[in-house]
Amino acid sequence: MSTVKLTVNGKAVAVDVEDRTLLVQLLRDHLNLTGTHVGCDTSQCGACVVHVDGRAVKSCTMLAGQADGASVTTIEGIAKGDELHPMQAAFRDNHGLQCGYCTPGMIMSAIDIVHRHGGELDEPTVRHELEGNICRCTGYHNIVKAVLDAAGRMKVSQAAE
Amino acid sequence: MGVEGIGARVVRKEDKRFITGKGRYVDDIKLQGMTHAHFIRSPHAHAKVKKIDSSAALKMPGVVAVLTGQEIVDDKVGNLICGWAITSKDGSPMKMGAWPAMAPETVRFVGQAVAVVIADSKNLARDAAEAVVVDYEELPAVADIHAAIKGGAPQLHPEAPGNQVYDWVIGDEGATDAAFAKAANVVKLDVTNNRLAPNAMEPRAAIADYDAAEEHFTLYTTSQNPHVARLVLSAFYNIAPEHKLRVIAPDVGGGFGSKIFIYPEEMVALWASKKVGRPVKWTGDRTEAFLTDAHGRDHVTHAEMAFDANNKITGLKVKTYANFGAYMSLFSSSVPTYLYATLLSGQYNIPAIHAEVVGVYTNTTPVDAYRGAGRPEASYLIERLMETAARQLKVDPAQLRRTNFITQFPHQTPVIMAYDTGDFNASLDAAMKAIDYAGFAARKAKAKADGKLRGIGVSCYIEACGIAPSKAVGSLGAGVGLWESAEVRVNPVGTIEILTGSHSHGQGHETTFCQLVAERLGVPISQVSIVHGDTDKVQFGMGTYGSRSAAVGLTAILKAMEKMESKAKKIAAHALEASEGDIVIENGEFKVAGTDKAIAFPMVALAAYTAHNLPDGMEPGLKESAFYDPSNFTFPAGAYICELEVDPGTGKTSFVNFVAADDFGRLINPMIVEGQVHGGLAQGIGQALLEHAIYDANGQPVTASFMDYSMPRADDLPSFNLSHTTTLCPGNPLGIKGCGEAGAIGASAAVINAITDAIGKNNLEMPATPDRVWRTIHAA
Repeated sequence: MSTVKLTVNGKAVAVDVEDRTLLVQLLRDHLNLTGTHVGCDTSQCGACVVHVDGRAVKSCTMLAGQADGASVTTIEGIAKGDELHPMQAAFRDNHGLQCGYCTPGMIMSAIDIVHRHGGELDEPTVRHELEGNICRCTGYHNIVKAVLDAAGRMKVSQAAE
Repeated sequence: MGVEGIGARVVRKEDKRFITGKGRYVDDIKLQGMTHAHFIRSPHAHAKVKKIDSSAALKMPGVVAVLTGQEIVDDKVGNLICGWAITSKDGSPMKMGAWPAMAPETVRFVGQAVAVVIADSKNLARDAAEAVVVDYEELPAVADIHAAIKGGAPQLHPEAPGNQVYDWVIGDEGATDAAFAKAANVVKLDVTNNRLAPNAMEPRAAIADYDAAEEHFTLYTTSQNPHVARLVLSAFYNIAPEHKLRVIAPDVGGGFGSKIFIYPEEMVALWASKKVGRPVKWTGDRTEAFLTDAHGRDHVTHAEMAFDANNKITGLKVKTYANFGAYMSLFSSSVPTYLYATLLSGQYNIPAIHAEVVGVYTNTTPVDAYRGAGRPEASYLIERLMETAARQLKVDPAQLRRTNFITQFPHQTPVIMAYDTGDFNASLDAAMKAIDYAGFAARKAKAKADGKLRGIGVSCYIEACGIAPSKAVGSLGAGVGLWESAEVRVNPVGTIEILTGSHSHGQGHETTFCQLVAERLGVPISQVSIVHGDTDKVQFGMGTYGSRSAAVGLTAILKAMEKMESKAKKIAAHALEASEGDIVIENGEFKVAGTDKAIAFPMVALAAYTAHNLPDGMEPGLKESAFYDPSNFTFPAGAYICELEVDPGTGKTSFVNFVAADDFGRLINPMIVEGQVHGGLAQGIGQALLEHAIYDANGQPVTASFMDYSMPRADDLPSFNLSHTTTLCPGNPLGIKGCGEAGAIGASAAVINAITDAIGKNNLEMPATPDRVWRTIHAA
């Protein structure tokens, strides 16, 4: 057992876990942040994507101990109170989700994609960048629309700040 | 249409919880004192279970129990059932081998459970499972359909000699032979419909909780049909009588058919929770999903189509071998028979059809309904045949289809189905216009100049949905009726709860079902909530599959709404001192037509519950229920056209355009309907280009993770170009046909027709991987 100290969605936490505990298990089983999902166990599907120090990471592929000292943001941590993150709003407005299982990972990956490309996104780039997130419901059509829509919204909200 | 009524593109009510991480899936639920199950699964495709030694595991910390197949048999938990009886052509019933929830003696596919470890945590259960020693005696195995039906093949079940479950026929063989004898041309085709893994993104999961004092079980499960699960667990598996078993299917992360069935893991969790006296949770991992979720498709077919001198189809002969895997899953027997062969007429006037279907056991994961279930196999076969015929007869493929389209309705096919309505020319027109079919030759020439092979492929599908008229399916062997039920509860303040037996696992019922209420009463959808997925709340339900939730489930809601409105009108008329026949409902008010006298709906509701001033003899309250049984299947149909390019140097396919023109009858929420089509298309294209659940000759699965099985990803697919044509379904009052499966049914043939058009060779099996396409291009 080890104590892992990290910041999750802005709150400092210290959790005693077995050394083999994965970051996703820490989030789901120890902190009850069940918005982060497990879909494949082989780092393929991206349902478990969270942000670690601002970068998208598959939390099923990282030991909890590796996140010691890090700042982790999950799907539960991106809205400001009742105000949705632009990516969340874009997924809703463009019908970018159906069963909702892949959605948290999609949204967390998509935010990272927009950040990395500075809002300069086109459809082929979004499709290429979403390669590590699998959705079985939407055929990606509306997810791609949502990400492009959100890229515009995030640009506007950044400009406003 | 109001802003939230029928036909409006209303943003989904359920989305907020999913986009904020507040969805509640089975694995998110924790119960006090909960234990965790880990199954010990056979690594062999066929073996005797000689001995299970769990002594070391039982000494490990946190281990509560190790339970075996023999114990579950000893406790008289029932074997798994197949709920649709099929009769072979010789009059004999289908031949089924027993399927216990865990194997006591013989395992017949890789992944079949032989024992389960129950422990305080998931990791401890996994650790202990490593310490359980199972002594197997390997037996010869067979995975391939052709190998399984050969003399001398390894035999799976003594009940089914030759590994044959049934040999079933439909249609008029004499009339079909006569048509072929007179044919001007005969077109022949051999087709393999590749086996698929459904792969809903949420792995299956179950939590069973036994209350010893009440002798009552609660099961949280990833189900598309919790009432059917309760019925089967109760009536056939001896878990508990129905009133002592509550089944809850909360948020479910996709189903596509694979979560219709009641699986061994739920049975074991329930049984084990009573044995260990604590709640038992099992959550599958992805490899368990590949090994144990019922697979789809897996047909091998030879078909011949007869044409007269005017290119009119005169007959169709089909022989199909369907791989059922090692056991008969819940609805498996109906898939290659009544869901497949009854659609073999496609959109065409075919006077004589004869089809024979042989169901085969192999040492592979059981096969059952997967999005489309039988209808994709039928549509793929017919549309590949039409394309092959057009090439052989040297006519335009779109024109050959038009020459043979059914244009008069109702139309009785020779294979049971009676199509009620449709306009196949209209959807083909719409698709051809959308893709600029006339301009294709010029585009192909230009692509050739750039070194690319461009092709275009048409697919005109029809499906039977709105499953299903109970009497009809009962006469064909179904073990259940396939109606739906609903309840409308108006609260004293005028808010409304709709309880439905349909189950949403992505379809958006919490929005679309509210839209019907908004349409009828003129109340905002925020005043309406949809309750589903809990046998203690909803009176009954047959669940969601076969594109039935709108055509059948929503119609049941409509019937209950009509009853509620009728009573409410009486109350309003009494309050307004008017005649009931003069009351109209507008914008949330009950009005006396032609006057300014009105009473708001909440006041009617309040009057129903205060009961201070009701018409004489009227019961208080405002709550009605209905059961709706459809009179016929519905027949969604449409035309898909795919334009693509193949790189002859690599065999890689790139989409240029994909158009879909669907006729689903009335649309409740076009945004949601489009989403259903997008997802279906992705699964159909996935089958055509990427997906294949593969076994080696010894029954070892070689595609049991996302590292090996090629799931469609964002950069494998194009954006889609959708449109709708409309003929209203006459079979239900809303005119709805259903939209959930169309994409998966129609897309595969369009893709393969396009690739074979591009490369100029007709024989190409799915999935058309670059390797396979390249070899086909360069084959002698």
